[in-house]
Amino acid sequence: MSQHEITLTVNGRRHAARVAARLTLVDFLRDELRLTGTHAGCEHGVCGACSVLLDGRPVRSCLIFAVQAEGAAITTVEGLAPEPGALGVLQDSFCEAHGLQCGFCTPGMLIAAEALLRRTLSPSEEEIREAIGGNLCRCTGYKQIVEAIRIAAERLGGANLAPGTDHG
Amino acid sequence: MKAAEFDYARAASADEACRLLAGAGGEGRIIAGGQTLVPLMAMRLVRPALLVDINAVADLRGIEAGENHLNVQAATPQADALANLLLRRRLPLLTKALGFVGHVQTRNRGTIGGSLAHADPAAEICLAAATLEAELIARSAQGERIIAARDFFIGAMATALAEEECLVAVRFPVWPTAPRFGTGFQETSIRRSDFALAAAAAQLALDERGVCRRAALGLGGAATTPLVLEEAAGRLVGTTLAEDDVAAALALAEKDLAPIADLHASAEYRRRAAGAMLARALAEARAEALG
Repeated sequence: MSQHEITLTVNGRRHAARVAARLTLVDFLRDELRLTGTHAGCEHGVCGACSVLLDGRPVRSCLIFAVQAEGAAITTVEGLAPEPGALGVLQDSFCEAHGLQCGFCTPGMLIAAEALLRRTLSPSEEEIREAIGGNLCRCTGYKQIVEAIRIAAERLGGANLAPGTDHG
Repeated sequence: MKAAEFDYARAASADEACRLLAGAGGEGRIIAGGQTLVPLMAMRLVRPALLVDINAVADLRGIEAGENHLNVQAATPQADALANLLLRRRLPLLTKALGFVGHVQTRNRGTIGGSLAHADPAAEICLAAATLEAELIARSAQGERIIAARDFFIGAMATALAEEECLVAVRFPVWPTAPRFGTGFQETSIRRSDFALAAAAAQLALDERGVCRRAALGLGGAATTPLVLEEAAGRLVGTTLAEDDVAAALALAEKDLAPIADLHASAEYRRRAAGAMLARALAEARAEALG
């Protein structure tokens, strides 16, 4: 029942809001900030569609109450694009390799892949599969998603960016 | 699939968390990572009036070495524990177990203490704690008490923690250095990282002649709580872990199994899977020790 004042940063922008304790982070992002790229799927931590980066680490935003994100820096799928209307290398690779069909799991897959590629630009197939192991896709059979991430890693590796660089 | 209404308080210290819990009249719950609790709340299986958040309590995080044990603070994220080099060196069984816990996303948020306090029968951290005979430290407004793992897990999703107690740390015994030492952790699940249908843990210490001097074996998913297989482990001590000895130990283990049936697997399947995982975990530990 309690209401709480929170301030947090989402995709580099600071927000202050008043939230009910029971409001999940995914609902806050979608309904309050209107950032509807993050998808609410199962809402109990199984499907991974709601994955976001919290202080750089991938987490499920349906399993965090917004009030708990006080002071945190969140990156949603909208934050992966270099600018509105454009696609980053990783997103582009998903298009090219047919790493999506219906698109419902895609934001979560992109966040999981982004977290992996911030850590390494030469992931093994095993590492890629481990990184997206918490994300369900009912269309692709995962093969094209793994391929998309491999292609993105190759391209980003070729670009010779410093590790941790925002490669949007 | 939304949690019912509740009040929320962020504790600044473990003592404050205990005070807040004591004031909630049994309707309060600690939230750390929330990876077990929030799904239970979303499904309305749990409906606390007050959530006490311990994520901001810095001294509830971290791993420290004691003389014969490692102390893991309860709110240490599983991902941090998995990457911890001290843990890897001194408690390799726990590191191996952590590799099977949930997914990247849930390990980043989920904590060591949270997994123990919820006591899912399939939980790997609970299995490691039971197998290694860890001690769990619970604090309330009245003070602290130490609970042995064997007394801590009392049923599926049920522990010896009182309503007003907060789990603050876990002490994992570290075995004295042995000439040969090996650990094994094996698990089977529908997809990798799903809940274990069966999981097994083994830790062996051998002398310089290759005779087993100490053994610990445990099974998860084979009953409502983690099973510690004392009789089977005892059968290995004093042997050179020859094929016959291992087979005899495995046969002893089978008697202790009391698997449950659910949507994912029948009791009979779990029984066979548990036996197979134990055989593999033991083979892994043996190979590592003899390596």
